[in-house]
Amino acid sequence: MSHSGNWEVVIGLEVHVQLATQSKIFSGTSTQTGDDPNRHASLIDLGMPGTLPVVNKEAIRNAVRFGLAVNADIARRSVFERKNYFYPDLPKGYQTTQLAEPIVGAGEVEIQLESGDKKLVRIHHAHLEEDAGKSLHEDFHGQTGIDLNRAGTPLIEIVSEPDMSSAEEAVAFARKLHSIVTSLGICDGDMSQGNMRFDVNISVRRPGEPLGTRTETKNLNSFRFMEKAIALEVARQIDVLEDGGEIVQETRLYNGETNTARSMRTKEDANDYRYFPCPDLLPVMVSEEDIQTLRDELPELPDARKARYIEQYQLSAYDADLLSGSIATARYFETAAEHGGDAKLAANWVMGELAAKLNAEDKDIADSPVSAEHLGELIQRLKDGTISSKIAKQVFEACWNGDGSPDRIIEAQGLKQMSDSGELEKIVDQVIADSPAQVEDYRNSDDAKRKKKIGFFVGQVMKATQGKANPQQVNQLLQQKL
Amino acid sequence: MAIDSKVVARAAHLARLRVDDSETAELSARLNDILGMVDQLQQADVDQVEPLAHPLEVSQPLRDDRVTEPDVRDKVLPLAPASEDGCFLVPRVIE
Amino acid sequence: MHDKTLTELKAGLNAGDFSSRELTEHFLDRIKRHDGELNSFITVTEEQALRQADAADQAIAAGDHRLLTGLPIAHKDIFCTEGVRTSCGSRMLDNFIAPYTATAVEKMATEGAVMLGKTNMDEFAMGSSNETSFYGPVKNPWDTERVPGGSSGGAAAGLAARLAPGATGTDTGGSIRQPAALNGVTGLKPTYGRVSRWGMIAFASSLDQAGPLGLSAADCALMLQAMAGHDEKDSTCLNEPVDDYLGALDQSVDGLKIGVPEEFFPDNLDGAIADNAREAMRELEKQGAKLIKLSLPSIKLSVPAYYVIAPAEASSNLSRFDGVRFGYRCEDPKDLEDLYKRSRSEGFGAEVKRRILVGTYALSAGYYDAYYKRAQKVRRLIRDDFSRAFKDVDVIMGPTSPETAFKLGAKADDPVNMYMADVFTIAVNLAGLPALSMPSGFINGLPAGTQVIGNYFQEGRILNVAHRYQMATDWHQQAPGGFA
Repeated sequence: MSHSGNWEVVIGLEVHVQLATQSKIFSGTSTQTGDDPNRHASLIDLGMPGTLPVVNKEAIRNAVRFGLAVNADIARRSVFERKNYFYPDLPKGYQTTQLAEPIVGAGEVEIQLESGDKKLVRIHHAHLEEDAGKSLHEDFHGQTGIDLNRAGTPLIEIVSEPDMSSAEEAVAFARKLHSIVTSLGICDGDMSQGNMRFDVNISVRRPGEPLGTRTETKNLNSFRFMEKAIALEVARQIDVLEDGGEIVQETRLYNGETNTARSMRTKEDANDYRYFPCPDLLPVMVSEEDIQTLRDELPELPDARKARYIEQYQLSAYDADLLSGSIATARYFETAAEHGGDAKLAANWVMGELAAKLNAEDKDIADSPVSAEHLGELIQRLKDGTISSKIAKQVFEACWNGDGSPDRIIEAQGLKQMSDSGELEKIVDQVIADSPAQVEDYRNSDDAKRKKKIGFFVGQVMKATQGKANPQQVNQLLQQKL
Repeated sequence: MAIDSKVVARAAHLARLRVDDSETAELSARLNDILGMVDQLQQADVDQVEPLAHPLEVSQPLRDDRVTEPDVRDKVLPLAPASEDGCFLVPRVIE
Repeated sequence: MHDKTLTELKAGLNAGDFSSRELTEHFLDRIKRHDGELNSFITVTEEQALRQADAADQAIAAGDHRLLTGLPIAHKDIFCTEGVRTSCGSRMLDNFIAPYTATAVEKMATEGAVMLGKTNMDEFAMGSSNETSFYGPVKNPWDTERVPGGSSGGAAAGLAARLAPGATGTDTGGSIRQPAALNGVTGLKPTYGRVSRWGMIAFASSLDQAGPLGLSAADCALMLQAMAGHDEKDSTCLNEPVDDYLGALDQSVDGLKIGVPEEFFPDNLDGAIADNAREAMRELEKQGAKLIKLSLPSIKLSVPAYYVIAPAEASSNLSRFDGVRFGYRCEDPKDLEDLYKRSRSEGFGAEVKRRILVGTYALSAGYYDAYYKRAQKVRRLIRDDFSRAFKDVDVIMGPTSPETAFKLGAKADDPVNMYMADVFTIAVNLAGLPALSMPSGFINGLPAGTQVIGNYFQEGRILNVAHRYQMATDWHQQAPGGFA
């Protein structure tokens, strides 16, 4: 389909971040959910008559940490409210959340784009709230089972301004938030488990026109899906508008497997949540002193890390951004660089071979079969000439497949580069002797052509040595002998 | 502010209460009695007054982040009108 | 034995005049004989009571005398009691066996109290006559054709008829004080945050407060001493030291400044009620107290403010009764919507539904500012009125209720008229102050009560005032006939 003329895309994000606390936001119940249903649902989480909430200090501190990380105003006084609606996974018939007086006010985040440009995305506010439970639709012969293990898990909801104008920007912003919360250690960032959830508000308009009607797309459990879902929704909206239709304000559920989205059944009567201050809770006060202490204790944040990478490792802004972008990647990269003694090489490997492999097998860097230490070892061997870069890839592959450490693999598979120049010389001589026509041709060529033609001999030598020869050494020898 | 049966029906839906047609007239009348009394509030001059949510203006005590609540599933599931395999059961929910 | 106060019974137990088992059996027997007529209990926990009584007797024998050791107490059926049905007067919870125990009840048990059972109440504490209970109305022992007041009507009526020597209640807009007045007993609503709300089924969270009902101020002091105190499970329960209420009882009231708000004596007030309260104040005047006229202009708006705030909070608090995890569920729900609507419509009674609807409406889009927010602003005006008054006076007094016990059914179809029963008590809840009602005489054979309001955490002071009054009068010792 082709779209006529210019369309502007306007994107805002609502991000739910599950806080990595031991206990729930309003009860001393464990936040683990993996076990049996309702094993981590206390009297309070179940909304038993007469039970009452008490606020978890760590949830407050985590929200403040986030606010400080995005240069936001921290509310000295914030208020929990009740959002009233009926749903089986909402035990009390209301969600305790914040509305008029959230704990984190306006802030901003800088994103790095592939073009090298930077952009500021404003954060409208972030508030604390409790998560709901889960509805299970299978195995209950046509009925729905309710598991409240997740009910009461602390969340911060981050609401951005509609400052993004492309999928790339939205994903960069999402990644940046991911990086910030994981760097802070307030969330494990596991999107596949829903521990970080991105809802994308999208609208399109002709340049200069007022904002169009927006839709909200949910269920984006990876950055890749987010990018695809945005592209899909933008194209859908433009199609509808160009066909003379209207965009209906609705929530759409994205399906990553089929790359499709569908409208969630919307009730005719829009809900009226009847927010009001929760009378079981008092205003949360955060003192200047608490804020200062939390500020002093903040770990290194992505922006600072990026600046350090540029400075310390002489990486490009884009590379530095990629590597500092996730705490897991940053940790991996720094360990590999340290063990390998070469940050540039480490950067190339992490962004190249490793990223490709992780991507292909849909793995997180934290679960990489090749540890950062092993990659460092590999880089060392590459640097000290023990192996060639070609062999290095082979060693990496073997390491990925669990054959042991790079040194072990090199040893066991006899992949050590030929350092004995006598032996290599014999092979070079042999190759020259076996290819008289090519030798003739080479000798009759000018310098420029020779540079290309020498490749044939290098290839033959490498083949004969099963790649174990040092390509530079081979080149030298060949040039001498030819 | 007098309310009619439509408003009553809307509030009843929000509150998930069923109000039969036969009850609506009587209920609307009673609710109007109550709201009529409540409307005395409109006389108050409160433009410069801050709302008061709690009688004592104190702040929220914060709990240490520790697990203190036990597993109560075996105690509470028998209270449920319908349960199976550790879950509470409801008629099928369609999202 | 049953005409004795809790304080006297405590002395008797400790002196070995009788055992807790004898005492408990005596009251259980009285409940069996008389409660058919009064309906003041929903559940009688005979076995558990006797077990607790035996344990108390052993404790006493071992020299372990706590505040309430061996004393039988009746708990309002709004407090969760583990293993015992906790109905809140509602069909919704008719089958609800609480999985845990309320802090107030737990604290009394820790002090050795014996639980006799769970007393009848207006459904979810919404009512001033005890007629909204799913278990039928409670009768006033002074005239069984009349209401006992509400919502802690079962507690007050049972206590007046000497079916229990002490009781707990809860007070959201007058639910301890008004029934105390109508039954000729003493009832105290503590400062908001003095007694934990954990395990007390919420009606209006920012107003609800548990307190004792007893035959005397001294009995209330004894029970409050056990109930009060910080509870980290309730964010709104304050971490303030608990005063020595018993120790403060005998203080002199010479020089006590009693504030008399003109708003508690409006022109349309029944003259007999006004005279009764004035007479009570004169008695204290005789002991050296000074009466100081004052005005609390905003409390005229306390009933309308209350009937926005309380229903609003209730509409949300009662959403958890949805037929999913506990309580009543309708037969064969055809879908989720049907489950919710029928379970709630069949499980709740008419007054509860009315209040849920009013509260839902008051919070809904477009009405929030006009109702809820405005009511909260008026709430501040009311609180500020009291705060100003307490700069000049020690306590504030007036009638507890604008009328004595009315006939059953007299106001059943007229909610607004019913709401006016709490016209003098409601402002105290909005401000969060402590207040008690003490028996101050009879009007046409029916008890009348006088309210004593104190400043924040001045429970000791108002108990002291009531105690001094009761030292000079015997209204609190009068018992209704017919319950021998």
